[in-house]
Amino acid sequence: MSAARWRRAMSAPLAGGAAARALREARVDAASAGTVAVAGPAGPGLAPSRAAGWRAAAPRSAPALAAIHRQAVAHAVVLALLLLYPAVATPFFTFQVGAQSLVLGMIALSLAFLGGYGGMVTLSQMTVAGIAGYAVALLGVNADAAHSMGWPWWLAVPAALCLGTLAAALIGVLAARTEGIYTIMITLAIGVAFFYLVQQNYTVFNGFQGLGRVLPPPLFGVDWRSPIPFYYLSLAVAALGYAAAVYLSRTPFGIALQGIRDNPRRMRALGFHVTLHRVAAHALAGLAASAGGVLLVWYNSQISPGSVNTASMINILIIAVLGGMRHPAGAYVGALLFVLLQNFAIDLVDRERFNLVIGGVFLFVLMVSPDGLLGIWQRLRAMLHPAARRRGSAG
Amino acid sequence: MRRHFPGALAALLGLVLLALAVAALRDNARLFGLSLLNGLTLAALYFLVASGFTLVFGLMRNVNLAHGSLFLLGGYIGYSVGEHTGSWFLALAAGFLATALAGLLMQWLVFRRMEGQDLRQTLVTLGLSIVLADLFLWIWGGETYQFDPPSWLMGVVPLPLVGKYSGFRLVVLLAAVVIGLALWLFLNRTRVGMMIRAGVDNKRMLSASGVNVQQVFAVTFAVGAGLAGFAGVMGGTALSIAPGEDVRYLLASLVVVIVGGMGSIPGAAVGALLIGLAETFGLAYAPTYGVVFTFLIMVAVLAFRPQGLMGRRA
Amino acid sequence: MKVICRRFTYTLGALAVAAACGAAQAQETIRIGALATLEGPFAVPGQDGMRGVDLAVSQRKGMAGGKKIEIIKGSSNGNPDTAVNAARKLVEQDKVQILIGPLSGSEGIAVKNYAKTHPEVTFVNGSSAAQDTTLTDPAPNFFRYSTDGAQWQAGLGTYAYKDKGYKRIVSVAEDYSFPYSLLQGFMIEYCKAGGKVVDKHWVPLGTKDYSSVIARIPADIDAIYVALGGSDAVNFFSQYEQSGGDKPLVAGSITIDQSVLGYKGKRRDALIGTPSAGPIADNNDAPAWTQFVADYRAAFKDGLPSPSLFAHAYYVNAKAVLDGLDKVQGDLSNNQAKLREALSTMTVSTPTGEVKLDENRNAVADIFLTEVAKNSDGSLYNKLVKVVHNVDQRLGLSKEEFAKMGVGSRTNPECK
Repeated sequence: MSAARWRRAMSAPLAGGAAARALREARVDAASAGTVAVAGPAGPGLAPSRAAGWRAAAPRSAPALAAIHRQAVAHAVVLALLLLYPAVATPFFTFQVGAQSLVLGMIALSLAFLGGYGGMVTLSQMTVAGIAGYAVALLGVNADAAHSMGWPWWLAVPAALCLGTLAAALIGVLAARTEGIYTIMITLAIGVAFFYLVQQNYTVFNGFQGLGRVLPPPLFGVDWRSPIPFYYLSLAVAALGYAAAVYLSRTPFGIALQGIRDNPRRMRALGFHVTLHRVAAHALAGLAASAGGVLLVWYNSQISPGSVNTASMINILIIAVLGGMRHPAGAYVGALLFVLLQNFAIDLVDRERFNLVIGGVFLFVLMVSPDGLLGIWQRLRAMLHPAARRRGSAG
Repeated sequence: MRRHFPGALAALLGLVLLALAVAALRDNARLFGLSLLNGLTLAALYFLVASGFTLVFGLMRNVNLAHGSLFLLGGYIGYSVGEHTGSWFLALAAGFLATALAGLLMQWLVFRRMEGQDLRQTLVTLGLSIVLADLFLWIWGGETYQFDPPSWLMGVVPLPLVGKYSGFRLVVLLAAVVIGLALWLFLNRTRVGMMIRAGVDNKRMLSASGVNVQQVFAVTFAVGAGLAGFAGVMGGTALSIAPGEDVRYLLASLVVVIVGGMGSIPGAAVGALLIGLAETFGLAYAPTYGVVFTFLIMVAVLAFRPQGLMGRRA
Repeated sequence: MKVICRRFTYTLGALAVAAACGAAQAQETIRIGALATLEGPFAVPGQDGMRGVDLAVSQRKGMAGGKKIEIIKGSSNGNPDTAVNAARKLVEQDKVQILIGPLSGSEGIAVKNYAKTHPEVTFVNGSSAAQDTTLTDPAPNFFRYSTDGAQWQAGLGTYAYKDKGYKRIVSVAEDYSFPYSLLQGFMIEYCKAGGKVVDKHWVPLGTKDYSSVIARIPADIDAIYVALGGSDAVNFFSQYEQSGGDKPLVAGSITIDQSVLGYKGKRRDALIGTPSAGPIADNNDAPAWTQFVADYRAAFKDGLPSPSLFAHAYYVNAKAVLDGLDKVQGDLSNNQAKLREALSTMTVSTPTGEVKLDENRNAVADIFLTEVAKNSDGSLYNKLVKVVHNVDQRLGLSKEEFAKMGVGSRTNPECK
């Protein structure tokens, strides 16, 4: 799939928020500054002009500052609401809806990061989460003594995160040379191979039954698996992931990644190591997915091949698309919608037809807005503030 | 040295497989012969399903993730028609026509509006497959359906070395060969085929030379979908039709097309052979982990030759 | 977007009303959750299981222990994770006081583990038949009035060796815990009688193409023991016949259950005469059973020709719950202590005889030896051959003997 086509697929026709516009200006400036430097000596000449371009593109205009101020307020409001949520919600809503959305959103965030900023849509994020989940179950304590190493949590959890990141990096090495639909295919194949491996192997993975009673450690005397503590734990991790994703997208690494998404050939000509950037992006996304995977095991208090089968892998893609891959918040919004549908569609329609509902909603969102719910939100805001739209049509 | 590395690796792999084959033959010739035949016939079934997929994939760069659902649709409609009329051949024809029509509808109603947005098209087919799977469950229920072809097709055939063998599986093999030849003739000896091949190479030039590309797309999609429905009836007779078959055959088609190379009928045949044989020999000689083989093959091919064994770089 | 907004408001509104009503009616209604696999590969057995629950409730006109019974349905798809999520929704969101379910073996173990975290709710099995659910680490609030996979095969091993004369057998079964327990139940008796299980073929779940397995079946055996479910069984039968296979079969309970015998297609005559054993026999002429079948057929015009073992299991478990509620007159106070006491000690009369619970709260019940036969209208059913009474979870072995043998696995037990 060509870069231009990808950009058309991923960008909404109307401009996004002011911060995104400033970002795009910065990217354009960085790229053009880089192109200018090609005329001179490649290596050392690149750094200062790139830095100059980056500095020059820092938003100075008043409307952009106001927009950033608005965004900060919005973030603070959302954070306050999320912190106060358990006070108004029942334990079921806190745990099964709130915490599950945050955990699934974390895994979908890794996909949104790779797909939205890196241009690589992969289906193996759930696999990476599953690898970390199985690692924490096997290395730590689970119901079956023959299948657990019994390590303490402060060894097992970091080891699981490392294993997950390593696995993601390996997947990245395999997938980095492919593009578009081929990336989807190779990551799907890797995921299905892993599924069959854990289903068929009993000595290590305990096959179809999986591993049960995998629980978070009782730190500070708190049972972290009970609804409210687990919700705050997931919220903390999710906030960290979100902040990391937003921050990363503005670092030189993130900008370069987006450049690679838009035009890998040009970036290669500029001297960027495209494959290494891609693998690094996979590894970073893998870290996020691993964190989500550990939380998911604790949420279910078990892990089985069913957690990493084809349907679960595709669910993560559905979540990311539903929410919109343009901004990290989309993953969480998509996860919330998905969890609500999964739990309550059975109450709205005939018991057995809720797959129809989930598929129907997914199709509807796709037809109406390729950027998911966030894209719909952006378009609504643009409709309500036409003045802002006119002023910011530079990008 | 680096240029010869993949070739050397392939040759080494070939030698290892040959040694394994000779050992298996010496150990139990009947099992080896049976596995070979089983692999060929399974490959034939996979080829039937994957040929339509690769046509659509190759020409329209559209990964039709609802291809498995089309397979099921053909099977179910074929079954209903067969029950009603009592003729298996009518069921076959009905399966083909119904899915060809469904393919046309999908192309006109859905994909024409999303020209150029490959990811979005793929995701829409994914959503369609979820919706269709539930609709099938609603209409035809969760039971397993098996077809009832005329008895001269279903007999047991005596063969040298392996003894008795299922006649219908040989029929599937024959059908795949015939369809493969017919497709090859269609693509290489007719005008429409020429246009399709040109479109696989360069869509824009085809359009620029005055051909109505949308019509070519529609015909391709109809043929590809129809082939899936045809394979649905064949597969339903050889194995069975049940919920969940759509995912299985979709995965199989994906693997076959990726390994063989997109847009290439000979590639689909090579891919199907490789995957069919790997799956069968894997299940016969290493049943615990044999299922993983096909996916490992696909990963290996994609890692070292991303355009597939017989595809050309886009 | 508007549609979604409207749907959300509607859901929230409906939930609020339901919660309010639920709170108001707490004294008058007992809320019972029913969990079965309404989606995925076990959709057909799941639907039949729900029919069993519905029948049990409608026979009491929706009342038990002097209170109204409200059934809230939950759905899973065979995966332990989904089952626990659905159970959690029923327990924590819909506030059920008793949960009946799940359907499949692995789900049962997961739900048992979940039950331990909610001691205030009584969990009663649906039809899950893994041994570990009650044998290993049982939950004090999990009750199983249906028998497990190993119990289902009681009597079959001896019958296959002595009456049918099969001295050498190979097995073909799916590669997970439930078929392990089926095969163990068969082999405990078969090996003791002197039979040899020459080879075991474990097929990955979801395999549709059995040609490789069939190719490996040797010629010098007397029969094939088949423990496959649903469409896998259908595929195996037709492929075996197509490949010219002619060895007689011995079937595990799920292989010739009504949900399989009722498949749409013509080639089934090769199945006639296949022996099996299980919790039900279709043509059992005991009056309780014939009444049950008549009630099932009258209530469910779109059901199977005869109730499957899933409908039976869910019915027995639901009936036990309702009987228990009657016995304690609906008293669920004090963490349902009276109800649990009643459930542990009472004898339930079911369509297939009397059922009591052992010390792990697992059923001790009758098992039926059957053979497949053909009806006058061409449909297949399981004809009763013999009844084995009062089969317990250790199949007559003592606690020490069974502990030495261990729970069934890929390689346990062996008798080559």
